[in-house]
Amino acid sequence: MSRSPLPYSQKILELFRNPKNLGRMEDANASATAGSPACGDMIAFYLKIDENMVISRASFESYGCAANIATASMLTEMVKGRSLEEAWRIGWKDVANEVGGLPSVKFHCGVLAVGALRRAIREFFRRKGFRPEWMPGKETFEEKQALEEEELSKIISKKLMLGEAEEK
Amino acid sequence: MKNLENVRDLVRYHGEVEREVYLDLENSTPIPAEVLQEMLPYFTSKAYGNPTLTHKQGWEAYETIMNAASFIARLIGGSSPEELCFTSGEAEASSLAILGSAEGKRGRIVVSTIDPLNILLPVELLEKRGFEVVKVPVDQEGFINLEFLSDVVNSDTLLVSTSMVNNEIGTIQPFREIVKMAREGNPDVIVHMDASDAYGRISFNVKDMDVDLLSLSSYKVMGPRGVAALYVRSGVKVERIIEGPIGTQPLWPGVENTPLIVGFKKASELAFKDFDENISWMRRLRDVLINGLLSMEDTVLNGPTGLKRAPDNVNISFLHCEGEALTIELSFKGVYVSSGSACTRRILQPSHVLTAIGREYEAAHGSILMKVSRYHSVEDIEYVLESFKPAVERIRAMSPTRRV
Repeated sequence: MSRSPLPYSQKILELFRNPKNLGRMEDANASATAGSPACGDMIAFYLKIDENMVISRASFESYGCAANIATASMLTEMVKGRSLEEAWRIGWKDVANEVGGLPSVKFHCGVLAVGALRRAIREFFRRKGFRPEWMPGKETFEEKQALEEEELSKIISKKLMLGEAEEK
Repeated sequence: MKNLENVRDLVRYHGEVEREVYLDLENSTPIPAEVLQEMLPYFTSKAYGNPTLTHKQGWEAYETIMNAASFIARLIGGSSPEELCFTSGEAEASSLAILGSAEGKRGRIVVSTIDPLNILLPVELLEKRGFEVVKVPVDQEGFINLEFLSDVVNSDTLLVSTSMVNNEIGTIQPFREIVKMAREGNPDVIVHMDASDAYGRISFNVKDMDVDLLSLSSYKVMGPRGVAALYVRSGVKVERIIEGPIGTQPLWPGVENTPLIVGFKKASELAFKDFDENISWMRRLRDVLINGLLSMEDTVLNGPTGLKRAPDNVNISFLHCEGEALTIELSFKGVYVSSGSACTRRILQPSHVLTAIGREYEAAHGSILMKVSRYHSVEDIEYVLESFKPAVERIRAMSPTRRV
């Protein structure tokens, strides 16, 4: 899409400057994180789900770049008032489109945001003790990617520690 | 919100700034007006010929280039203009040094773990072509392990290539000792030093150093981009790495870019004029900036302090604060800096320098690199410090990592 990671779209910069639904939600009944500080991006997603399985509120926290912040913020807007099934069906490309497009090196930010949301929804049902028919038993692409990124960060930190040990 | 088509409108939409302070001199520079003034006639009315040709405009171009080469060679202690080869930038100068001295040979190449990519990437290319590459580790301040260096330079060692001053964390290496040890390990070794961050900021002399090859960059002394130079001590064998019609320089084919070379010379002249005053001014601003930023909580200085640190270099990690986000936030305040975060790089890897000095990945992602110049004022630095505090607080407030 572009030769460089920047420039960001107008929408991304606007959400970076004035993020919507930012902050930890104390009364959330579903939450999850994706990514890790070692990878340089991490998202925490919080949901308040009502008795009709509709998301009444959503919020996020982010340790990451402007694309990370903007995609997470956009996703909280997109899921508000949606049923869990509808929220589940939002893919990373939908989020990328909503923020006015992502540079290719930032696609993973959209993936991570959706990964965090789906984890929160999956965790919600796991605690309820059932899995709705629309939710696949296996992890989706976005959830797998989030996991891969976390695994990678573990390998990297292990490597760093080994490197230090070798020097000693 | 109306659709904003260009960067200027987009930035203005987010508010006017009180002051603009450009501290990203690592990555590019505005050039002083005097440098531009010096260059301008060479585009339009002066010495615009091809320096190899036999007419007035060609002769003048040749004379101009030779004068610039003599001038710069003298500044570094070289003995003749023939020892200086102008190239189209720093990457090209160091590639010429490394690839050009390895051409047709075999052997070990020794670098350090924190060398700039202008050294590490051409060396990786040679590794793929079958050369053995050894990377010498550094300590927590970035100083090269001299014992390790002396162990790995032997009769099979073809080239030792490293930087005199680290471009990211400002470590001033014991470069004379490095050359001495390399020669003790193998009297025939070729020693290349990247002096991009040393030139104009610390005193050195190629003769005293006993170095064979040395890269200099124009924009790192606030000259124009697109021009650099490689010093090649007479008698040292280097092959061309680019082929084409040779002009006045045996190691670089093409038509020499006279206006840029003139700009490089003028920028060098300004950097060396009032050298001691400039350096102590930069050191003072550097320390005001470092101390001000370190007074914020969860901050770590990367690299050494005092006289062991380049006078212009500031590199600080802000924990729980992702660096790319911080550079953007600061940009909206008119403060321009860069980060060692993976996010700001196309390769999505955090700074290899910071991980080599033992920083955790998170500290590397939260690092900010700045360089001060003789043109910055105390007011500039105070403005930068005022801007940093709310910027770091806002980015940190978004992060879930403090609880993790």
